[in-house]
Amino acid sequence: MPLVITKNFGHENSRAIEVYREHGGYETLKKALEMGPGAVINEVKNSGLRGRGGAGFPTGVKWTFLDTKSGNPIYFCVNADESEPGTFKDRHIMNNDPHLLLEGIIISCFAVGSHKAFVYCRGEFHRQIEFMWKAVEEATAAGFIGKNILGSGFDIDIVIHKGAGAYICGEETGLLSSLEGNKGQPRIKPPFPAIKGLYDCPTVVNNVETICAVPWIIENGADAYKAMGTERSPGTKVFCVSGPVKNPNFFEVELGYPLIDLINKEAGGLRDGVELKACIPGGSSMPILTPEEVAVAKMDYEALNAMGTFLGSGGIVVIPKTMSIVSLLRNIANFYAHESCGQCTPCREGSGWVAKILQNIDAGRGRHGDIELLHDLCDNMRGWAHKFHPIQPWLKKDEGMGGGKTICVFSDALAWPVQSYLIKFRHEFEEAIAKANPSAAVPADISESRSVAAAH
Amino acid sequence: MPFELSADAQKRINEEIIPRYPRKKSAILPILWEIQEEHGYISREGMLYTAEILELPPAHVFGVLTFYTMYEQEPIGKFHLQVCRTASCEIMGCKAISQKIRDKIGIESGQTSEDRLFTFTEVECLASCEIAPMMQVNKDNYGPLTPEIVDVMLDELRDHGEAKAAQRCL
Repeated sequence: MPLVITKNFGHENSRAIEVYREHGGYETLKKALEMGPGAVINEVKNSGLRGRGGAGFPTGVKWTFLDTKSGNPIYFCVNADESEPGTFKDRHIMNNDPHLLLEGIIISCFAVGSHKAFVYCRGEFHRQIEFMWKAVEEATAAGFIGKNILGSGFDIDIVIHKGAGAYICGEETGLLSSLEGNKGQPRIKPPFPAIKGLYDCPTVVNNVETICAVPWIIENGADAYKAMGTERSPGTKVFCVSGPVKNPNFFEVELGYPLIDLINKEAGGLRDGVELKACIPGGSSMPILTPEEVAVAKMDYEALNAMGTFLGSGGIVVIPKTMSIVSLLRNIANFYAHESCGQCTPCREGSGWVAKILQNIDAGRGRHGDIELLHDLCDNMRGWAHKFHPIQPWLKKDEGMGGGKTICVFSDALAWPVQSYLIKFRHEFEEAIAKANPSAAVPADISESRSVAAAH
Repeated sequence: MPFELSADAQKRINEEIIPRYPRKKSAILPILWEIQEEHGYISREGMLYTAEILELPPAHVFGVLTFYTMYEQEPIGKFHLQVCRTASCEIMGCKAISQKIRDKIGIESGQTSEDRLFTFTEVECLASCEIAPMMQVNKDNYGPLTPEIVDVMLDELRDHGEAKAAQRCL
């Protein structure tokens, strides 16, 4: 299998433009400029490339939704706000191959008719932001960024924008709010960014890894890309494996790759003496898998959906037998309670309430009825998103297609793990509650206290 | 207290940062970063300065600055120890890392040591799970950590200004 995203990572000094060009870098840009925008869009559309940030929406199709008739400028935003716990692929892409991302951006902007791109990097990526700016300078000096690039008549400007610590800015409309100079609070969709995005202009928001696949697709053609992966999940994906494995790292494999092979072969297997209790397949928002499910799971969008979970960002977290599922869920709930932007009541109040109940259960202060209360809370936190995923076992049939309880899917992203952990590992919660002593104190190190960097 | 910003920073703000954006307001985060880079935190005066040059109500700037976790509103220590506390890091033992810092420096998360050398903050996922448990010290990531490594690291930072005991990762 040819590597699409990580092909240059092994080259010495791979960040430098000379090295990138020695290995064919920016040649695909020339090809794209000759092909013309329509042909580039078609190629990406035909490749079946899907968004790698979490939602998995077909990229080429997203581009065709752009309102090109409004007369407003089209903006291109790259989501480098990588914050989904368990995910670290975009950081490595920017560490190792910032020019691949730039070439992908320039080609994509040419395709959709955008002359201004923003790369929204999370603020903690101090070094990666320096690398990206350096790459922009190099590419500008070489004539790949600027006015009339390579004599094509096409102008492109790329700005690296530094965030300042907020998970929610990885949600595309939260990202746009932040980029406009506001709190990173998501907006109601529709209108979708393709119609009214940045400054109310038509806007594309794509993940770093998605855009990095574009040069390969243009260079090798949609058919070559589709030859990898599965029919509906074509191509490769960079998966991140963390937890007690021998070689925690990122690995680029074809979609549809067996999860167990990612853990046992790519990541070197579990550390000595470690037994598998469970596994998160796609970042902390995703429903958990039991060892029996891990043994058969295939890492593509459809296969994971059929198991009631999602590919998400591809952040695989391996959970050892020694880790309490109650503690893990308390940790994850604290994360969401801290990161909720606070706009919508079900999310703001729900995430805080869920976190407090879990802190209590984990501290041995659980009460009978807490499990049912958590389910009830989560039922009220899940909004419109679940209608796209009707196969999850905990969804009630009569829940209908309604929803719209919250502006974005953040509260769903907490409800999914909570309900899946409660269902699949109910005995651990029951045992913790059975042993509980309601007068026990909650230790400071598990409470979602103000000691964690100030909440939003 | 009048607010001062170096001529270089002012030049960058006016000639590079603001012109980058189709609308001035978008320059708010980068300007706050410039101020924090120079002063180490964003004072009330720094906030008012930002409001003035972007022609925004101070309340808007204050709202934005407090929404994001990375802007400091008061001076912090020379070394900002930001320990990741999220999923993979807890699985791999971040609690022991935080405990080592508490024990050795005697401060809780959110506090600065009396000698102004260290500020300790437990933070959410830093997208570096492969080196869990990890922490970011100022702008650099260190991991995987053990309490023993952190013990040496803190001495090194205090005595030499740089940590060699731990692996620095990009």
